[in-house]
Amino acid sequence: MTEHTGHEDLQAALKRWSEGVEKKLSKRPERKAEFVNTSGIPVRRLYTPLDGADASYLSEVGLPGEYPFTRGVQPTMFRGRYWTMRQYAGFATAEESNRRYRFLLDQGQTGLSVAFDLPTQIGYDSDNEMAIGEVGKVGVAIDSLEDVEALFNKIPLDKVSTSMTINAPAAVLLAMYMAVAEKQGVSADKLRGTIQNDILKEYSSRGTYIYPPKPSMRIITDIFSYCAENIPMWNMISISGYHIREAGSTAVQEVAFTLANGIAYVQAALEVGLDVDTFGPRLSFFFNAHSDFFEEVAKYRAARRLWAEIMKERFKAKNPKSMMIRFHTQTAGCTLTAPQPKNNIVRVAFQAMAAVLGGTQSLHTNSMDEALCLPSEEAVQIALRTQQLIAYETGVTDTVDPLAGSYYLENLTNEIYERAAAYIKKIDELGGAAEAIEKGFIQREIQDSAYRYQREIEQEERIVVGVNRFQVEEEKPTNLLRVDPAVRTSQIERLKKLRSERDDAVVGRRLADLKQGAEGDQNLIPLMLKAVKAYATLGEICDVLRGVFGEYQQVNTLG
Amino acid sequence: MGKEKKIRVLAAKPGLDGHDRGVKVVARALMDAGMEVVYTGLRQTPSQIVESAIQEDVDVIAMSILSGAHDYLFPKVMELLEEKDVDDMLVIGGGIIPDEDIPALKGAGIAEVFGPGTTTTQIIDYIKSNVKTRY
Repeated sequence: MTEHTGHEDLQAALKRWSEGVEKKLSKRPERKAEFVNTSGIPVRRLYTPLDGADASYLSEVGLPGEYPFTRGVQPTMFRGRYWTMRQYAGFATAEESNRRYRFLLDQGQTGLSVAFDLPTQIGYDSDNEMAIGEVGKVGVAIDSLEDVEALFNKIPLDKVSTSMTINAPAAVLLAMYMAVAEKQGVSADKLRGTIQNDILKEYSSRGTYIYPPKPSMRIITDIFSYCAENIPMWNMISISGYHIREAGSTAVQEVAFTLANGIAYVQAALEVGLDVDTFGPRLSFFFNAHSDFFEEVAKYRAARRLWAEIMKERFKAKNPKSMMIRFHTQTAGCTLTAPQPKNNIVRVAFQAMAAVLGGTQSLHTNSMDEALCLPSEEAVQIALRTQQLIAYETGVTDTVDPLAGSYYLENLTNEIYERAAAYIKKIDELGGAAEAIEKGFIQREIQDSAYRYQREIEQEERIVVGVNRFQVEEEKPTNLLRVDPAVRTSQIERLKKLRSERDDAVVGRRLADLKQGAEGDQNLIPLMLKAVKAYATLGEICDVLRGVFGEYQQVNTLG
Repeated sequence: MGKEKKIRVLAAKPGLDGHDRGVKVVARALMDAGMEVVYTGLRQTPSQIVESAIQEDVDVIAMSILSGAHDYLFPKVMELLEEKDVDDMLVIGGGIIPDEDIPALKGAGIAEVFGPGTTTTQIIDYIKSNVKTRY
């Protein structure tokens, strides 16, 4: 081919150069015999135009805002507007979390992200025996609509977008959010935000499941149809690789298992008769930003291309918006170190930069103290400032996808794309993501990677600054943010008061309607909306569904 | 200790916390070090943990919590063990546990608490030298 003419010279030059380098290696060896990234992809000494010589630019990379979206989902990306700066926050009571949200909005944060405590995430009220010790600890405790009213007090829901990390009880929290909006006089078509609503990764990686897969998928498709008709700007799911990566997967596995879950949701929605282009544009994604800089940037680009192809070719989507991966990113919690916590500021900055150069739509930067406790206000502020620095000072936002064309990055993007596609093929052969989880395949793959990673650290093949090299003697940190155990007592008091003041007969009827709906095939969201408005509690609603659907039993993949 | 008898460990996740990366890595390292490990899976109540420990006749209970509920759940396990007159099991904990909480946990009978950055070798060595021989 004529376009390769120049490459013959290059090939010759490269051969000469390589031979020269090899000769000197005996005297001056490289740091390692083999350089490999977390995905097991060998990293070569040098990448040149030869590495991209076979690529078909338009079909594999293309232009931003156009299929296959490798370079980004919008044509102008951050020249138009920056990503949404969205810090995941929430602890103790609704009132206390509300104060933190208003602090963050005052500091220039542009979206909210709600962290719920574990009892809320697993559908227990604060007075349940299972909740002892956990109330308000890893997020805010929500028992009823009353708490959600306090959570968004003085925050106009038509002005902010709100992301809620809630999965098994996602529909209940969405109903509560809608009820608060209604009280504020905000109509549902103005609501912007996201519910995580991604149950498959709960089974494989995160652990806050309630019901078995089948009824869980039914609730999810109920949410899809309800949102498509009633809350057009709402992201009805956030298909999450973040937790898969935190559980120990590689970058390639993160892409593969996330998109495989995505495929399962699309399939489930098609099976209940939804049209791919009505819900396709409202699917959103959530990825991790880990430490290997180029591997991460390549990961986002590969994920965009792979999903675009899946939606277009497998699911025959017509609307380009259905083919776009719009995603949130969070820097990797698992890379934060307890020793020398200030080093985490730097770690997070590099990870955040990778997410920005990978074209994220919104970003959470971790706080330096999160390997120790919940983040303090000062630590959260530095984390937010890190994003603002990248946006306003570094200049990386002035052109679209500035790393494109790097021989290394483009090569790595292809490698990750191909390896993730191969995994998805394997999962297809196992019968899809839900089956692969039921068989323990995905969990085993993740735990093998986690074990390998830990061994690499212990054998010092992988250096973690401050942990297995460059350690110092240091004072133990003090004044860590702690949640007052009295939060549980105050939640229980509030519940008692609520139960004595509300109309129990109405609550009973609403819960009976919900039970009947769950036994049949009625859409559950309007029934939940009625129940939450009558101040039925989260636990009561989830208990009704537990009664009908049963509870999931985890597959033991150890041994 | 003779070769014939392997150290038996119950790896447990008390409470509602779903973070099981650490406990699985540790469990596997203990197996590679020649111990027998029974993993409880997620969401175990203190009484379920104590029952499993007795039923499986383990020498060690290794619990992991990252949700902050250790201050209630760890001592509760110790209390139930005492109720059942079990005093020959080595009980250790790990996870995200602030240093200032450790004295109280040790006071309740948790022998050692391992935080982020601990190597699996440290845990293996600790168990080998502190397991209470019952034979």
